[in-house]
Amino acid sequence: MSTTPVNPLTTSIEGPAPAMEIAVDMAKRAKWLVPLAAVVGGFWGVEGIASAGYAVVVVVVNFLLAAWLLATTGRISFALMAGAALFGYLLRLGLIFGAVMLVRNASWVEMVPLGIMLIVTHLGLLFWELKYVSGSFAYPGLKPKPVSATSDVDHAAAEAA
Amino acid sequence: MSTLSHIANTVAQQAGEALTADEQKSIAGASGAGMAYGLGAIGPGIGIGYLVGQAVQAMARQPESAGQVQTTMFLGIAFTEALALIGFVVFILLKFV
Repeated sequence: MSTTPVNPLTTSIEGPAPAMEIAVDMAKRAKWLVPLAAVVGGFWGVEGIASAGYAVVVVVVNFLLAAWLLATTGRISFALMAGAALFGYLLRLGLIFGAVMLVRNASWVEMVPLGIMLIVTHLGLLFWELKYVSGSFAYPGLKPKPVSATSDVDHAAAEAA
Repeated sequence: MSTLSHIANTVAQQAGEALTADEQKSIAGASGAGMAYGLGAIGPGIGIGYLVGQAVQAMARQPESAGQVQTTMFLGIAFTEALALIGFVVFILLKFV
């Protein structure tokens, strides 16, 4: 079997950018985490709620930035996308660090709920999205059959027809 | 961690003053936090590099499945990054709480 060599420096991704769609989807779902942020942050009072909400915003911005970097560089070349994934990882860790350092002395910040919600939001949104992505990958196989009131005999007749 | 404390002690002794227990605790906390964050970021870095490398290879071999590969790659990157985020949270809890 012979394969055509592909140059990763010049080959790029064409078509839709699923990473951006996933990130936007997760950003939309993040609104359902606001009550959770209120409950978790509520143990530390109003400051805790504000800190937990800030953590949700930081995580959503992080996802959107990651997806934008991958989608944009993927349209240029595979090699650039790989570079953006690695250096983007460092960049985004730095941005999260900066975002937390920026507010650490603010009067409305409690570090414990901020830290808890950073992890909970990140993993929660990912597992939630994973459920939908797995379903869409397995779409034809897992597609539910339409429920009808007809009997098995009718089904057999319909299939035979 | 103990090396940093030792260096701090040596510098303080040369300056003619001994570190108090609180100062030593603060130094140990800061160096422990830095190590938690730094070591916590190494593993995900390796993981993301490997993941993206394999994804690029898959997309180059089968361009028609690039959409599925990209989706899986993005989720994989985000899951791997969660480890670094946990290291960061340990850092802020050790350093600032």
